Amino acid sequence: MAFIKLKNITYTYPLAKEPALRNMSCELERGKFYGVIGENAGGKTTFCNLLRGLIPHFYRGELEGEMTIDGQEIRNIDVDILSTQIGYIFQNPFTQISGVKKTVFEEIALGMENLGVPKEEIIQQVIEIAELVKIEDLLQKDPNQLSGGQRQKVAFASIIAMDTDVFVIDEPTSQLDPQGTESIFEIIDKLKKQAKTIILVEHKIDLVAEYADELIVIGQGEILAKGDVHQVLSDFSLQTRGVMFPQAALLSKALSEKGFDFPNIPVTKSECIQMLKERMR
Amino acid sequence: MEQIELKHVYFQYPNGYLANEDLNLTVKKGEQIAIVGQNGAGKTTAVKLMNGLHKPSKGEVIVDGKNTKKFTTAQIARYVGYVFQNPDDQIFNQSVYAEIAYMPKYYKMSASEIKNRVEESAALLKIESFLDKNPFEIPYVMRKFVTIAAILATKPQYIILDEPTAGQDLKGIEVLADLLKILKKQNIGTVTITHDMDFVANNFERTVVMANKRIIADGKTRDIFGEDDILRESKIKRTLAGEVAVELGMGKCILNIPDFLQEWSKLEVKDGK
Repeated sequence: MAFIKLKNITYTYPLAKEPALRNMSCELERGKFYGVIGENAGGKTTFCNLLRGLIPHFYRGELEGEMTIDGQEIRNIDVDILSTQIGYIFQNPFTQISGVKKTVFEEIALGMENLGVPKEEIIQQVIEIAELVKIEDLLQKDPNQLSGGQRQKVAFASIIAMDTDVFVIDEPTSQLDPQGTESIFEIIDKLKKQAKTIILVEHKIDLVAEYADELIVIGQGEILAKGDVHQVLSDFSLQTRGVMFPQAALLSKALSEKGFDFPNIPVTKSECIQMLKERMR
Repeated sequence: MEQIELKHVYFQYPNGYLANEDLNLTVKKGEQIAIVGQNGAGKTTAVKLMNGLHKPSKGEVIVDGKNTKKFTTAQIARYVGYVFQNPDDQIFNQSVYAEIAYMPKYYKMSASEIKNRVEESAALLKIESFLDKNPFEIPYVMRKFVTIAAILATKPQYIILDEPTAGQDLKGIEVLADLLKILKKQNIGTVTITHDMDFVANNFERTVVMANKRIIADGKTRDIFGEDDILRESKIKRTLAGEVAVELGMGKCILNIPDFLQEWSKLEVKDGK
């Protein structure tokens, strides 16, 4: 059964002339990993704000259509309760970090403290999460003196610490190098294996294609495509709508333009190697 | 000599942290280089040395014959423009137009010259439609383009781009690739820090690799991606086309998709039909 349902959702920010989201309808299921892709300023972050209840509860503006989370109409939802169900990792780590805590340890513990988790449990959780995110060496540092990449990892850790069922994650790797990025994807993959629902906005399509179950393509405020990763990425016409394709798909496309056709479009490196191996004499 | 030259440069932050060790590097005017390496490798510190934001603790940085130690940052920055990694560290004006016009105004250019420069720089970054907006009302990645335009408007001899590709979408990457071509034509030197190896492979002939505070390789991009030891030490990966080629035994020097197509066409392969 669908956990989040949107029906004909149109949303306009206060004072904006044009709607940021137009007539969006879709259903999201529990336990799935959704990759949200598409051009910048196309509505991806607004979509996240909606899933997290920030729209309409924080941003106001004009919301039309119907939306439910776990059967509850979004307009009637208690945002405080929602925040214990849906964890939201902001795009900009500078927004996420509270600025009031003196150490990374306290920063990660902040959310749990607010929920009244016992102290012993908090300490254990923080240590476990720090190991998972590989920031053990940062625990005693001042969050305000970290590099962009380090802040992004700390922001990520503080939300995972909340242990919600759903994670909405908006570009968690923009400040990270390839190793940092892969370690974030490995953590997201672990969350997925714990049956968490994940909604991830990310431009690094090669990794999204490898890990996600489904893609939601958003552009100009609309859902341009939604479905299985292979199905969505077999439609190269989406390139004209600013959608990035994985290098594996682009390589197969370039080869097919040279006359080497393939039965399917590979989206990951291993699929690509497999298909090419079959063609080598 | 029209070049940026780093000679045995060391840099230590006031808190004692040594960020760069024995850097030796020359960037000629009109040349375009990519600097790659992990977070914390010392890339940003190295480029800040090039425009005088940092002065070497040991060694020398010479910009077009001028030792950066003997000039103020403002004097060097007129030759070498640095675009900050985080645009919010750079932006302080109320409108995109004012932000781009700020330095040309500071240099006391004529009103028409200022207008020309703002419009020209905005057009290169395709942000003309944002000129009247408050920079903080537009998306983060667009603010990054505003900061690039603001530096371009000063018409520097060299420009340093610190992770311009972070968070960019397909169009953003295309704008940046086109910008590099235009800067090349204008004979402006560019130094670009990036984690995007596809961007490096498709746009840069020369790549500098940093690891553990040092430059561990400097050469043709194709050669760098062919060296397993360099890739291992710097934890850099080949592009997908490069990795696939290695897996299929097609050699280590395939840089990107066009390279791959060329090598593949030489192989005898089964017809898919």
